[in-house]
Formats: sequence, structure tokens, C-alpha cells
Amino acid sequence: MNPLVPMIASTVVAATPLIYAALGETVVERSGVLNLGIEGMMLIGAVAGFAATRASGSDTVGFIAAAGAGVALSLVFGFLTINLQTNQVATGLALTLFGIGLSAFVGHNLAGLPVARLAPITIPGLTAIPVVGDLLFHYDIMVYLSVALYLGVLWFLTRSRAGLTLRAIGESPAVAHAIGKPVVGTRYLAVMFGGATAGIAGAYLSLVQTPMWVEGMSAGKGWIALALVVFGTWKPTRVVIGAYLFGGVTQFQLFAQGFGLPIPTEFLSMLPYAATVIVLVIICRDPKTILLNQPASLGHSFHSAA
Amino acid sequence: MLRLERRATPSSTMSIVSPLLAAAGMLVTGFLLFSALGKDPLEAFYLFFIKPLSTTYGIGELLLKTTPLLLCGLGLALGFRANVWNIGAEGQLTMGAIAGGGVALWFGDSDSSLAMPLMLLAGVLGGMAWAAIPAFLRTRFNTNEILVTLMLVYIAQLALSWLVHGPWRDPQGQNYPQSQGFGDAETMSVLINGTRVTWGIVYALGLAVVAWVFSQKTFAGFRMQVAGLAPAAAAYAGFSEKRNIWIALMLCGATAGLAGICEVAGPIGRLQQQISPGYGFAAIIVAWIGRLHPIGVVFGALLMSLLYLGGESAQMGMGLPSAITGLFQGLLLFYLLAADLFITFRLKRTAAPEAAASTPKPATTLENA
Amino acid sequence: MNQPTIAADPKPRLVLTGITKRYPSVVANDGVSLSVRPGEIHAVLGENGAGKSTLMKIIYGVTKPDAGTIMWNGQYETIAAPSQARRMGIGMVFQHFSLFETLTVWENIALALDEPVPTARLAAQITEVSEKYGLPIDPFRLVHSMSVGERQRVEIVRCLLQEPKLLIMDEPTSVLTPQAVLILFKTLRRLASEGCGILYISHKLDEIRALCDTATVLRGGRVSGTAIPRNETNDSLARLMIGGELAECHLTPREAKEVRLDVEHLTLETPDPFGTSLKDINMQVRSGEILGIAGVSGNGQKELMAALSGERLSGGSMIKLFGQAVGDLNPAKRRALGLTFVPEERLGRGAVPPMSLAYNALLTGARKGMVQNGLIHPSVMRTFSKHVIDRFKVKCGDEHSVASSLSGGNLQKFIVGRETMLQPKMMIVAQPTWGVDVGAAQLIRQALIDLRDQGVALLVISEELDELFTISDRLAVLAEGRLSPSVKPAETSIEQIGTWMSGNFGDQASPAAADPRLEAAHA
Repeated sequence: MNPLVPMIASTVVAATPLIYAALGETVVERSGVLNLGIEGMMLIGAVAGFAATRASGSDTVGFIAAAGAGVALSLVFGFLTINLQTNQVATGLALTLFGIGLSAFVGHNLAGLPVARLAPITIPGLTAIPVVGDLLFHYDIMVYLSVALYLGVLWFLTRSRAGLTLRAIGESPAVAHAIGKPVVGTRYLAVMFGGATAGIAGAYLSLVQTPMWVEGMSAGKGWIALALVVFGTWKPTRVVIGAYLFGGVTQFQLFAQGFGLPIPTEFLSMLPYAATVIVLVIICRDPKTILLNQPASLGHSFHSAA
Repeated sequence: MLRLERRATPSSTMSIVSPLLAAAGMLVTGFLLFSALGKDPLEAFYLFFIKPLSTTYGIGELLLKTTPLLLCGLGLALGFRANVWNIGAEGQLTMGAIAGGGVALWFGDSDSSLAMPLMLLAGVLGGMAWAAIPAFLRTRFNTNEILVTLMLVYIAQLALSWLVHGPWRDPQGQNYPQSQGFGDAETMSVLINGTRVTWGIVYALGLAVVAWVFSQKTFAGFRMQVAGLAPAAAAYAGFSEKRNIWIALMLCGATAGLAGICEVAGPIGRLQQQISPGYGFAAIIVAWIGRLHPIGVVFGALLMSLLYLGGESAQMGMGLPSAITGLFQGLLLFYLLAADLFITFRLKRTAAPEAAASTPKPATTLENA
Repeated sequence: MNQPTIAADPKPRLVLTGITKRYPSVVANDGVSLSVRPGEIHAVLGENGAGKSTLMKIIYGVTKPDAGTIMWNGQYETIAAPSQARRMGIGMVFQHFSLFETLTVWENIALALDEPVPTARLAAQITEVSEKYGLPIDPFRLVHSMSVGERQRVEIVRCLLQEPKLLIMDEPTSVLTPQAVLILFKTLRRLASEGCGILYISHKLDEIRALCDTATVLRGGRVSGTAIPRNETNDSLARLMIGGELAECHLTPREAKEVRLDVEHLTLETPDPFGTSLKDINMQVRSGEILGIAGVSGNGQKELMAALSGERLSGGSMIKLFGQAVGDLNPAKRRALGLTFVPEERLGRGAVPPMSLAYNALLTGARKGMVQNGLIHPSVMRTFSKHVIDRFKVKCGDEHSVASSLSGGNLQKFIVGRETMLQPKMMIVAQPTWGVDVGAAQLIRQALIDLRDQGVALLVISEELDELFTISDRLAVLAEGRLSPSVKPAETSIEQIGTWMSGNFGDQASPAAADPRLEAAHA
């Protein structure tokens, strides 16, 4: 059987959680907020989705619960950084540590238990096509929803009036406030959106990719999502391309085994992390890239001097 | 209605009070959490905070865990003050353990008096080498160090995993992923009888004093502080940004590497897969609680060490998952960030504009300014 | 001078009564009252820090007053937000533009509109209105590619699209060449003749006397008087503004000695996509003279300053200090040679905001015995700062006060004083009196002249032409990264300097400057 097809299919599955998390963070960062807590929100989403699916028997309930858990955690972050103007880097780190700890705490009875894996869909007539059917029409519903999310985020940022407002706030919240734009409200909505997508990304890990709960199972994917936003220079299309490239890198282990390469598994596992570093170096080298693309107010607190 | 108003000058009183407020907040939440879990909160508090300190051995364990937290925290505090965000102390700690542990394995069971000094040196250099990567990438390629140091944590842990599963695995170890145990001359000796405390705590406290002198009394420390507070002013003054970044990361790497070798040559006694329950990350919180000041970092390290011990004690005594430590750590940092707010802002009650016929405060007008 | 036809209706459009606003460290407005009739151009006059901007923010709904009332067209109103102010018919052109650089003109204007308008129609409206009032702009240009003067047009057109009944202009001319100022005045007079009231905030007495019908003078947050500018002199207005006479600085003619700063063919690409590259700059500054560099900000001032101070290394021998090539030396090393400099930004660059004045002395004064063997000596720092505070009359608690607690003028006095007391052989100063009250400005200018008289070479970069004409031995203009030849102030005029600001240096004319429409567009 053609080994290429399952490799590509597994790349798509590996890329999907990165797409959710990275697209969410793109919107958050375009509004000027840097949320480093994706890893924590992903884990909370993973454990919440897992637990909810086991309890209800429905994956839909699981994903909704995961999104909700992500939103709840993101609200804590939002309150601290937007209302109380705490340092965004430190608060994001706190969110990660808290999320790791809370998810391990809540999930410690759930380790090793089985759950119904979200099944791939079948479209009558299309899925049955040899090769192409498996490549395009045989994924679980969340993959297709991620495509819809991409299109939605793209339209929002480039064509909608609300997206224009968000971009303006990301460049200069002080000016936006001076002309009467709701900086606080917009940033809150962006942060919550990022929380929901991170939660869904986490649930994808525990319900689809390796359907089970393991402490710390995201293994740094939240951080990779952050790097993807930089790699994509804050533009949705490039972010998604980056996600697929990284999906491929994380699956390299399978490829190597498939081709019989004698590299120790630990080194293969290092690849995504090393690739992240290399990608960051390439993008950040030219200061112009960052100056032209990074939202100017990213990471800075905004205080409306009344 | 309450409003946040910026203070004219940051309050130094609140700077000291806020960690206490944060600790209090954490305790209150803990109280509620224990009750919600159906455990007696007072008993939980006893297990968490009192029991670990009730024996000499317990105090020893406290000092033992304080060592890596303090070492890493000192380096991180210095780095954060200079706006260098090293999130990867855990990776530098791991590399220090690998480097120092490698030297230990090379000495084997030898009695040589060179073994320990060389091991410590190797640990320090190993951590520094690992920290040199983000330093180089930032100064030469403008790459932000947050993600780089973090990625290097994963890489370092995978490297350790490979070593203890493969080339450095103990041939007599029944296939456990761990190295041979270190020889007597290659293990740090116990300082206080009845405990596991080693010289590590002495090194750590000594370095705290050195760090204090460096940051308060030297021009180099001043330069790093300016770089963190106002990078444009540092450029204006001609303080080399590159030099500050290298100094900050080299110091972080050195202290974290030392922490790593002290752990594997001390209480652990060998190289194995898990050598740190996240000390490098917990040290970030330690640095913040300590207000980025060496003396504060000492207290922060003691508090964090107690949280670790408390987690273990609660796990054994009440069947609570050990992850409760991570939960409390995250909570503490959240509360600390929130409480820090009061350093730069104060709460004010505002009346409606029309009703502001109140007596005007004796504020200075611009004429007197 | 044209007499604008004021509408026959004398009922005031806007009446402020007893407006008061307090901040933690200062009372910005204290019982301010004024009124504006339709078609009236009303000046709000005052020195920096008198409370003008705060008052305007209250009228525009950005801030709420602690006491006092606002009446609009005879009705009491509470202006809760800028959107409400706009709906009422109040427009505001800010001193510091509220524009988004990475967006286009039409996107910026769309953001300010309260109801969405389809792009094509908006673009057509922008073109129509901007041309009607003599300020043409292209709706699809990105704001960061526009000059400061062009950006101001976007601000004005944005207001005009909403058909304002009252237009507030906050210090509009600091970013304009003299020619552009005339165009602006024409536009404002036209607006006034259509019945729009204008509130014109400024501290520039000549302009106010040329343009405005009435004036309210603010001093220390209170109204110190009202006037009809046409009937006043600069001195009488100044007396209302600062309670005294405007002291004059005098330069006694001196013979300049040896060359201390020699810049030859300085060309430097800027890494900043929003910046200006320097092109073939040549200049010399001698001991005992002040060379003033005029120009609207955004023409390379920041880049020139960074190249001269050493914050940006230019390499090679394009810059020579005291005969030595310094292109590779950083600021600390150039200071060691005898160069000091006072930057445009005070908090954050010239001084570290949360640090005390004593520690801020250490920022550049390390060589003066404050650091020995790598260790800092706080007592030397304190003594030095106390000297600076005394000699330059810096109003602060003491040398332990943190930099951010000082007012703009006092902090600038401290920074100038610190750099002066380093006994430099050459000093570069950027925007010496920007945002500084008149008393401090006076002291600073005199300090610069004193240095010049002692033989120090001085380079002053400033947007205030009046200031440069007063204190410079020679003047040059920086436009689009190129430097004009230098002249003595007595041998030139405001008009010629204005022409040079468009980039037209006479025999070094840039091709674009030949077209008069483009020349106005540059303004």
C-alpha cells in the first residue's frame, strides 16, 4: 500500500491542533495582546474534553466543554492583563504553569482510561475515490472545521470592519481609544477566542490524535503554535502553511521508520523543537520583518488615563 | 465606584507587602480547594506547611530543595532585571547535570580528589554552553529568547533520555533508564547528620551574597538594570546591549548548571530520566516573588521549597495528587501579579462629576512646578 | 488681513463655565470659562503645561471634568465620549496625530466614522472634500508613507467629512513649514466663513495675532485674561501668558575657532521601514558657535542624532570628532572624547523613569569619579546631582526624587545640566525646549549660549524656527535626509527656510521641487 497516503494523512491530523491554536493566537496578537499561556489552555482543554466525552458519550459535548474550559482560563488571563495591566509575559507563564498543574490535578484519575475516538467522516461518493478520497475526504469533522476557521479568520481580519478595528487597536490602543474604539472589550473578545481555540486544540489531542489523557500530553505544541504565529508574520494563510509544515516535521519519526533510517527515536523527537528554533532565527534575522508585521503594541499594557 | 489611578511614584511598601498578600491569597484559595475536595482543610494545612518542617530531616529536605531553586532563581532574577527572559533554566539545569554527570561516570569509582571539583566545573560550563545558544541567537540574529530557551528545554530532556536509555545506561541496572550510581568521591557528602543536605546550599547562599553585591554595588549590575528598565536609555548611555545579554544568560546558565550537578551528584547520586520536578520553571516564580532581589529570592526559594515538600506530604498523608504543587505554584504567581498592581496603582473611589464640590487637595499647580 | 464674515447670529455655540479637572499631582484646569460663537476663530493661548490640552480633551469627551458645565447651542450637555462629541458636531485635530501608520488613509477615516460607508463612496468623498478645502490627499496611500504635513491633512479631512460646527486645532503648526501654515490659515478662514467655530490652541503669538478673532489666555490652569489678538502686541499677550516679559536671548558675535565636528558625505540607510535615510550630509561645527538645524520632524532628525551620538554606528570616517574618526565608537566612548548630548526623549532615553536623579547622574557621569574599580560610589553621585539641581534650579524633592516625578521642564533642566556639568567640548541637543514651560525654556537656551561663550561647539536640532533664529550662529535645514548649506540667521528669512524645508536647496534642487503643486504637497 502506498506509504505516502497515510504519511500525508497523519501530517494533516498533526497539523490540525496547531492550526486551531495558532489561528486563535494570531487574532489575539493582532489585537496587541501576547498570550504565552497556550500550552496551559491546551492541556485544560484536553482534560476537559476527555472528561466530558467520557461522561456524556458525545464528542460534541467534549469539544464544547474544552472550548469552554479554555475560555474560562483565558478570562483569568484577560482580567489580569487587560484590567489590572499585569506584565503579559509573566502572566502568560503563570497561566501555563497553572494550566499544567490544574490539568494534571483534575486528570490524575483519568490517565490510561479509554474514550471513544472521534471517527473520520465518510462522504458518499467522494470518500470512496482511491487515493484522493483518503487524502481529502476521509478526515474527522474537526479537520474540515479548521479549514472553515481559517477562512473565517482570514475574512475577519482582512475584510470586516470589526477586524479593521481590531488591527487598529493592535497597532495603537491609545489612538484607538482616543477615537472612541472599545479597546478593552475588543481585546477581551480576542483573548476569549484564543482561549476557545486553544481548548479545542487540546481536546483534539485527547480525543482524536492519541485518544487518551496523559499528563502534559501537548509536549510543547502550545509553544510551537506561538512560534507559528511569528513564522506566519501574523497572517492567517502563512500561519496555516507553517502549521502543515510543522505537522510534517512532527511526523518525521514515522517517515524515518517507514524508510528505515537508523536514527535514535529521541533525536527524531527533537526535530520539531529544533525546527522551531531555526524557523524563528530565519524570521527574526531581518529587523524589518518584525517592524513591518508585528502589531506595534504587542505585549504592552494599555491604561486609559481617564 | 472604584477606579484605578496611577501613583505619582511606585510604592516601595507595596513592593514588600504584595508577596505576602499573594501568599495569603494562595492560602485562602487552598483552604477553599481542600474543603471542596472533601478534605479537612486544617489537617491539609498541617500536612502541607507544618509537618514537613517538624523534624531535622524535614528541615534538611527543605534546604535540599531550596538549593536548586535558589541557584536558578538568582540567575533568573538577574536576567529578568535586564529584560532577558530566560524561560529555559530547566534545560540549562539538565545540561549541567549531563555534563557534570558525564565527568562523574568517566571517573567511575576512582578516589581522585579532582573528581568533585571537575564535576562541578563541568556542570557550570554545561549550563553556560546551553545558555550560550540563545545568547548567540539573540545578539547575532535578533531572535527572541523566550521560545528558543523553551525549545532547548525539550531538546535537553530528550538528550538526557537518550543517554540513560542508550550509551550511559547502567549495564547492571536491569534495563532501567538510569546510569551507574556515582562513586563515593563522585557524590557530594552530607553536611548535616540525619539529613541529605550537601554543600550545595552553602554554594547557593554564598552566590546570593555575591549576587547582591553585583546588582547593588557594581557598575556592571547598574548597566544591566538600566537595560531592563529603559533600553533606549541604556543605548543612549552607551551600555552595550549585547554584553548585557551575554552576561545575563551566562550567569543564568552557570547557576542552573550548578543546580543540575548538585542535584545529580547529591540526593540523586546518578543520572536518570527525571532529575528535576520542574525546578527551572518554579525558579521563575521564585525570582518574581523575591522582587528580582537576591535577598528576596532566598525567601522565595524557601517558600517554593516548602510548597514542594507540602505537595509530597499531602500526597502521602491524604492521597492528593502530587500535581497539587503545580497548582499552588500557578496560583501563587497569579496572585502575585495581581497584588503587584498596587505598587503602581491605587484604588480610588470616584464621585460623579457634578458632585465634586469637595475640598480641593493641596495639589501643586504647574506654577510651582 | 481678511475679515472673516461672522454669522449674524451672535448666540454662542459653545459655553464653558467653571471647568475644573484634577490629577494626582496637578490641577490641570481650575474654574475655566470661555465661549465660542459660530464663525469665530478663538485662540486658547498659554505656555506648555498651562492646561490647554486637558481643556480640549474635556470638550471632545475624552476626559470628564471634576466640576463645571458645558453648554452647546444653548443646552447643557454632558459629553461622555468622542463619538458623542462628533455627533454633536465637534471635531478635533490632535497635536499628536491619532492615525494608524500601517493602514491607508480611507481605512483611518473609516475607523473614525460612526456608521460604515462603502469604500468607493468614502474614497470619493475624501477626494472631494480634501480638494475643496485646498488640502488634497490620496485616499489609498498608506499613512506611514506620508510626510507629517500630509498626515495632518488626513486628520483635518477626517474632521471635515463630518461637517463640524466647532473645530478644535491643538498646536497645529509645529509640524508645518511656513508655506504650509499659510495654506492652513486659508482653510481655517474658509471654514469660519461657513459658520464653523474654531478653537485654536497655540503658544505661538505671531500666528495667533495673524489668524484669531479672540483669545482666552490660560496660566497655571486658570484663565489669566481674554484679549482681541489683533489689538495686542506680542509683549502684551506674553504678559498675560507668563505674567512677565518674554526675556530675550542675545548672542554676542564671536569668532568661531577650530572645527570640532566634521561630517563628510554622511550617507546612512535606515533599517526602520518608517524612517528616513541620510543622504550625503556635510557639515562642520566649530568651537564657540551654535549650528542650528531646522526641519519638521520625520526628515531624518532622529537618524542624524543617532549617527552623531553613536547610538547607530556609521563606520568609516564620515564623522570626525576633534579630528578623530569616530564612526565605530559607541556613545560612551564618544563621551569620553568630550561629546555630550541631550536627546529628544527625556523619560526613557535621557533619563530612566523609575530611578532617582542621583542614579540618573550615573547614566552618563560614570567618568566623573562615580565609578571606581567597577564599584559605584553613591556619595559622588549624590554630590554631583545636588550641584546640577542647584545650578539649574531643578524643582524636585531632592536628589533622591525619581525622574518620573519631575515635570517635563524640570527633567529637561536636569538632563541639560547633567550633560553641561560633564564639561563637554561639544554638545548636541535635540528639541531643547519641546513641551517645556517658558521659564525653563529660557534657562535652557541661556545655558546653551553660555556654553557657546565658553568655547563649546553646539549643534541644536529643533522644530521651533523662532528658537533657532534666536540662538544660532548659523542655520541649516534638514529635509528628506539631506542637509542644506548653512547660513547666518541675519542673511536669511523665514520664507527661505520654509522653501528649503521642501527640499529645494536652490542650486541643489531636487527635480520634484520644480512643480509648485508638489511643493505645496510637501508642506
